[in-house]
Amino acid sequence: MASLLSIQDLTLEFPIYRGSVRALNGVTLRVESREIVGIVGESGSGKSVTAMMVMRLLVEGSYRARGSVTLLGQDVLRASEAAMLELRGSQVAMIFQEPMTALNPTRKVGAQMVEVIRLHRGLSRARARTEAVALLRDMHVADPERILGNYPFELSGGMRQRVLLALAFSCQPKLLIADEPTTALDVTVQRQVLLLMREKAREKNAAILFITHDMAVVSQFCDRVYVMYAGGVVEDGPTAEVMANPRHPYTRGLLGALPDRTGSRGQLEAIQGSVPDLTRLPEGCAFAARCPLVREACRQRPPLVVTDPAGRHRAACWAVQEEVQAP
Amino acid sequence: MNTPPILTLRGLQVRFPAGADWLGRANEHVHALNGVDLDIRPGETLGVVGESGCGKTTLAMVLIGLIKPSSGTLERNGARGGSANMQIVFQDPQSSLDPRLPVWRVIAEPLHVQRRGLSRAELKRAAGAAASQVEIPPDYLGRYPHEFSGGQRQRIAIARALISEPDIILLDEPTSALDISVQAQILNLLNELQRRRGLTYILISHNVSVVRHMSDRVAVMYLGQIVELGTCEEVLQTPRHPYTRLLLESVPRLGVPVAFDAVSSSTELPSNRRLPAGCFFRDRCPLAREGCDRPQALLTAAGEHRVRCHVEAGQP
Repeated sequence: MASLLSIQDLTLEFPIYRGSVRALNGVTLRVESREIVGIVGESGSGKSVTAMMVMRLLVEGSYRARGSVTLLGQDVLRASEAAMLELRGSQVAMIFQEPMTALNPTRKVGAQMVEVIRLHRGLSRARARTEAVALLRDMHVADPERILGNYPFELSGGMRQRVLLALAFSCQPKLLIADEPTTALDVTVQRQVLLLMREKAREKNAAILFITHDMAVVSQFCDRVYVMYAGGVVEDGPTAEVMANPRHPYTRGLLGALPDRTGSRGQLEAIQGSVPDLTRLPEGCAFAARCPLVREACRQRPPLVVTDPAGRHRAACWAVQEEVQAP
Repeated sequence: MNTPPILTLRGLQVRFPAGADWLGRANEHVHALNGVDLDIRPGETLGVVGESGCGKTTLAMVLIGLIKPSSGTLERNGARGGSANMQIVFQDPQSSLDPRLPVWRVIAEPLHVQRRGLSRAELKRAAGAAASQVEIPPDYLGRYPHEFSGGQRQRIAIARALISEPDIILLDEPTSALDISVQAQILNLLNELQRRRGLTYILISHNVSVVRHMSDRVAVMYLGQIVELGTCEEVLQTPRHPYTRLLLESVPRLGVPVAFDAVSSSTELPSNRRLPAGCFFRDRCPLAREGCDRPQALLTAAGEHRVRCHVEAGQP
């Protein structure tokens, strides 16, 4: 069976004055049905823009894309707008980092939920409202009726995100794209929202593409993970395997930089330098300038190569490739 | 510990007027701090951890003098006689650095304000010395803040805090706006500076991992009160207050699976307009019982470990 989502060698450029910003530099990624897949990376690594491309939410004409994105059998880069409208919301749902900006501040939560439910499912107003109550109750909201009568600003961040999750699951989506859904929330609320999201996805047989900068969250919630750096995937594999046995120097650096792994006041293994300028990406490996293992071969871009016998864990690094291929 | 505290807080309360009657008199208040007692010792790092709305930032504003407490006292006993000189590093270096000043002016501004009459050359030299301590190359000093990356901007903010040679630096979420790899660079730098210069840090953060890594002592705040206080190990390894436990359980940990409970438990904070009568955590507390309807005091559990919970403080 074909993958739910398959991205092949996707390159994305935004033209700017005298040049272009290369936001994605050959991303290859897939999501199977019912899978929870994480994309982890720092600011500017291209994780959010990947999600935007899957839904084709970027302003038409503002970018140049090459490669392919296949979502539920649709060729996203070439599909008609009507076909995309068919996918968005009903088959593929998306939730964002800041729930306040995803809700209309001037309308009550109930009116907004009813509108979405009616649009996708053609229910009567009264039936849609009953459905909204049921959806909120599913999200363990204690008194859904009261929430429906509130404006978004009257709700806490966690409650707003639960409203959006309820909406996301209102149409039996096959894929939920969650872009930093808990970054704006406190940890106690974050745990609740993440657990709810996973519970609902399992129950409704939906897959999740989960975008975050937090390695710990990925390790707890995702089946597989893609580590992105400067617009490319540098490592991917089953989460437990990648966390326990990271191969790419960047992934190792990220994990080493976490304060929880180093004893109190110990020197953290900071990655030296900063991310490359996306308007002037180097020809070869994008991480070379910061890499402790840099060598002559790094002038060329390394492909993703399999690093484990099962063939599920891959890294894009010449040094790792050398190590793997050595007898 | 026999060294006198460098900073003493007693019964600090801050409330902001919220509603007003027809004469414009406040008839409702937001209670941001509800009685904070704290001693800050010279040379230590005190971590203050809590979630949004717990009063961390209000506490910082009171400490630095940007907000006057509604009641309570704050006493500074500087090592150099007089009051301890305090500086602050804010969360977002994008908004805390003046975009229209070259970096050397940004860094030298505290000196310029405190000691009027220093020449341009003297200020520039002092800025260069401070910049070299945070590893900003001196030939970058003529540039403007927007020409630097987030991590470098935070280094500039630290240089600005260092230039007036303070005893205490207040770090208000110093790495929340930064990526993990850059966060590590900044935390290393802060530790290094503390070792070299014997600085006292008050580190305010919602990030338990950062607080655990940096702090000697930790205070946990909830709804404007300190609910638990002790050494870093005491509070974060053997937490006593039910809120501290909930907080620590909720922190995502690498490779530690999450328990599939707590989905339906309440995560809503009580209103800070009308404070609960008894223990502030009672509505969410698994240990709630008789006696929790009375206001709780910060009781000694063991040694220096103090907890605002009559149930837990009584346990051996």
